Amino acid sequence: MTIEVKNLVKKFGSFKALDGVDLKVNDGELLALLGPSGSGKTTLLRIIAGLDWPDSGDVAFNGEDALAQGARERHVGFVFQHYALFRHMTVFENVAFGLRVQPRAVRKDEAAIRARVKELLDLVQLDWLADRYPSQLSGGQRQRIALARALAIEPRILLLDEPFGALDAKVRKELRRWLRSLHHEINVTSIFVTHDQEEALEVANRVVVMDKGRIEQIGSPDDVYETPATAFVHGFIGESIELPIQVEGGVIRLGDQPLALAADGLAPGASKLFVRRHDMLVGPPGSGTFEGAVQHVRNFGPVQRAEVALSGGETIEIDAPRDRELRAGDTIGLNPRRYRIYAGA
Amino acid sequence: MGLTLSWLSIIILIPLAGLFVKSLELSPEQFWAIISSRRTLNALRVSFGLAFAAACVNLVMGSIIVWALVRYRFPGRRIFDAIVDVPFALPTAVAGVALTALFAEKGWLGAPLAALGIKVAFTPVGIFVAMIFIGIPFVVRTVQPVLQDLDPEIEEAAGSLGASRWQTIIRVILPSLAPALLTGLALAFARAVGEYGSVIFIAGNLPNVSEIAPLLIVIRLSEFRYADATAIAVVMLVVSFVIIFAVNRLQRWAQSRIPAR
Amino acid sequence: MTMQIAEPVSLTPPDARARAHAAAARDSLRTEPPAVRVVIIALAVLFLSVFVVLPLVLVFAQAFSKGILAYFAALANPEALSAIKLTLLVAAISVGLNLVFGLVAAWAIAKFEFPGKTFLITLIDLPFSVSPVISGLVFVLLFGAQGYFGGWLRDHDIQILFAVPGIALATTFVTFPFVARALIPLMQEQGTQEEEAAVSLGASGLQTFFRVTLPNIKWGVLYGVLLCNARAMGEFGAVSVVSGHIRGETNTMPLLVEILYNEYQFVAAFAIASLLAMLALITLIAKTVLEHHLDEGQDVNDH
Repeated sequence: MTIEVKNLVKKFGSFKALDGVDLKVNDGELLALLGPSGSGKTTLLRIIAGLDWPDSGDVAFNGEDALAQGARERHVGFVFQHYALFRHMTVFENVAFGLRVQPRAVRKDEAAIRARVKELLDLVQLDWLADRYPSQLSGGQRQRIALARALAIEPRILLLDEPFGALDAKVRKELRRWLRSLHHEINVTSIFVTHDQEEALEVANRVVVMDKGRIEQIGSPDDVYETPATAFVHGFIGESIELPIQVEGGVIRLGDQPLALAADGLAPGASKLFVRRHDMLVGPPGSGTFEGAVQHVRNFGPVQRAEVALSGGETIEIDAPRDRELRAGDTIGLNPRRYRIYAGA
Repeated sequence: MGLTLSWLSIIILIPLAGLFVKSLELSPEQFWAIISSRRTLNALRVSFGLAFAAACVNLVMGSIIVWALVRYRFPGRRIFDAIVDVPFALPTAVAGVALTALFAEKGWLGAPLAALGIKVAFTPVGIFVAMIFIGIPFVVRTVQPVLQDLDPEIEEAAGSLGASRWQTIIRVILPSLAPALLTGLALAFARAVGEYGSVIFIAGNLPNVSEIAPLLIVIRLSEFRYADATAIAVVMLVVSFVIIFAVNRLQRWAQSRIPAR
Repeated sequence: MTMQIAEPVSLTPPDARARAHAAAARDSLRTEPPAVRVVIIALAVLFLSVFVVLPLVLVFAQAFSKGILAYFAALANPEALSAIKLTLLVAAISVGLNLVFGLVAAWAIAKFEFPGKTFLITLIDLPFSVSPVISGLVFVLLFGAQGYFGGWLRDHDIQILFAVPGIALATTFVTFPFVARALIPLMQEQGTQEEEAAVSLGASGLQTFFRVTLPNIKWGVLYGVLLCNARAMGEFGAVSVVSGHIRGETNTMPLLVEILYNEYQFVAAFAIASLLAMLALITLIAKTVLEHHLDEGQDVNDH
């Protein structure tokens, strides 16, 4: 099942939750919608599911107008952030719900329903919890039951809203890997929403980065990390150093200092220089593009994180390998191994 | 602390203990004779039977009122929301005379009903009407907060799984409200069983037909037949205890099903 | 990781009718068809109008049915005046007693753990679920001529039953739960931290109570007192059993309503009833205002 979204606009009062979103999702893909809260990612997901309606724009499944169908006709599996399990039903009945409410003509008989639920509980490896109530489950177990319930209706598309948002860090990591392999197994076109970049990069085939109701970049995890399309994406993904610069007559300046960086093809005016923390290489004083004094240093396993006051007045944080110990008070030269410049203040 | 407990004993325990001690002065045979006399049995039957029927009406109408108040917006909604508490705040004697005048043969509602051949005031139907009146806030006020707090996501989840609106209501919403609905039913029932002021005016108070148990207690007292009054009171009190106990269990059951979010 | 470029998908032109149908389907996720909505609202409004609004309106209509002069004449009757006075006196006594008790009970339940706490809470609720007639009965059994304390009381020439003390006692009993019930959840929610802070700063127990605890719960106290007062003034069943119906002496307003009604003095009966109905309405309005304050107080605590 492919999904195509065209020029989607959705306002809540004067707030533009979606401001002209275009997106194509391929059959069998596992796509992440990544962005800060309020970026419109959940709204987009809910519109695809039929839980919300756009003010304008189109949504198509396999070329068919999806907006002409209500949520219950779309056959979309939706996993809610807080799972929305039916607390008065056992795990078994929760998973069976979608099968039991089918029109009589297509409804499976009891034995077939039991077999299917058993199969799904096996799939999420929780068949031993069938008779429990949701309140007796851990967060991770509820998450998997919610997924099994959504899969019961054999959805054409699987949508997950912050699937790991309410879980603690350890369970979250386990479930990430599990979701990836599950997707590999069932191969249903899937979209999940997250504000956690690590999650998006680790789980998804493709990542859609959103901000303020717009799509900033669509690409593979490598793409969005290595070649961020906009200043927002660079700042949002990975830990970046951001410096305000001026481009004038082929020269880049930080404050009043010219920087020894190529300015070819850059538009003149105020711009932003982005460097990953670990791409800032440390050298002896006078050797680099930047000069700075180390303010203080903390060690994180293999790297040391140093706060450096640049001679231009800015203070930045860099991650350097431990092979050369930095000390507070050291004067060092810094050279960006890789950097990107985006026009605009 | 000590003060609390002694206060409680003075105000509640001693009087109630007195009631039970008094009933112990009766031999089981005497007790049974009082309870199984035709007039007592009929009074108990009228009180409990009509109270249960009224509580059931309250359950249905209360659900409808709660649904309208919580889910819909209509002109006057806030006023009607406040009006629900009137039966709770209105002194029972006032409610009693007002309902009687309303449903009497020449009353605003009594006259048209009489034209249809339905007699309400001074019949068991009148008792039923008064019991509905006093019970309605109990169902509404127990169910309302639960429906308000119901997570809208579970309705969306049911819809996205293919359930029709009707299926969502029957299979998802109503079961979620069940503990509150049953609590409301029990509270309305308990109140209606013991109700005196709003019922006696409209009841007609014909022995064996439209005489409620609390009235029979009052009558026995005025005849100085204290033992009879006490025996009837004990039966009603025991039922009250059972209902309170059931409500407490219901609340605990409801809480045990709330998932930590 | 392979990257696929999606095949361009051609969109069928959106069908306006299909979309309108789907918009209805969207609404049907969370609400009902308009017709059902109208029926439910109509049922709710009709039921409340017939069972609640009409009786209320009728009280005032009957009270003024012979004109405003007859209304005030009925209220100025000495019997009516003495009933009003007695009702106010009894309400003052029972509200006062229950205020003190309610504060102490709520304090004990909310701030301390002790065995039998659940039992205590159940006990506090008891007068709510006991028939008022039974409440009256127990006092007759205790203080009546044949009651446990009856002989002793007679010897010492103390009149409880069929007199003001009996009425006040019975009223106190039935209005017992209101203050405590209003305060327990409030005090439980607020916990003990503020009191502990006050004590650690050197405040005495009483200072802590008046400077820290009481300001925190003042709206809750008012709320409880309000409901307690409404019930105290309106109590009928329990008072009816213990009062003895001595005209001009032990008749409270609700009892007088009954007597006048049974004597077919409808205007007078409904005039007194209208005062009580007014009390109920004022109570409800004040209750709404207080609930507003209580909600606000909770919001402040949340943030």
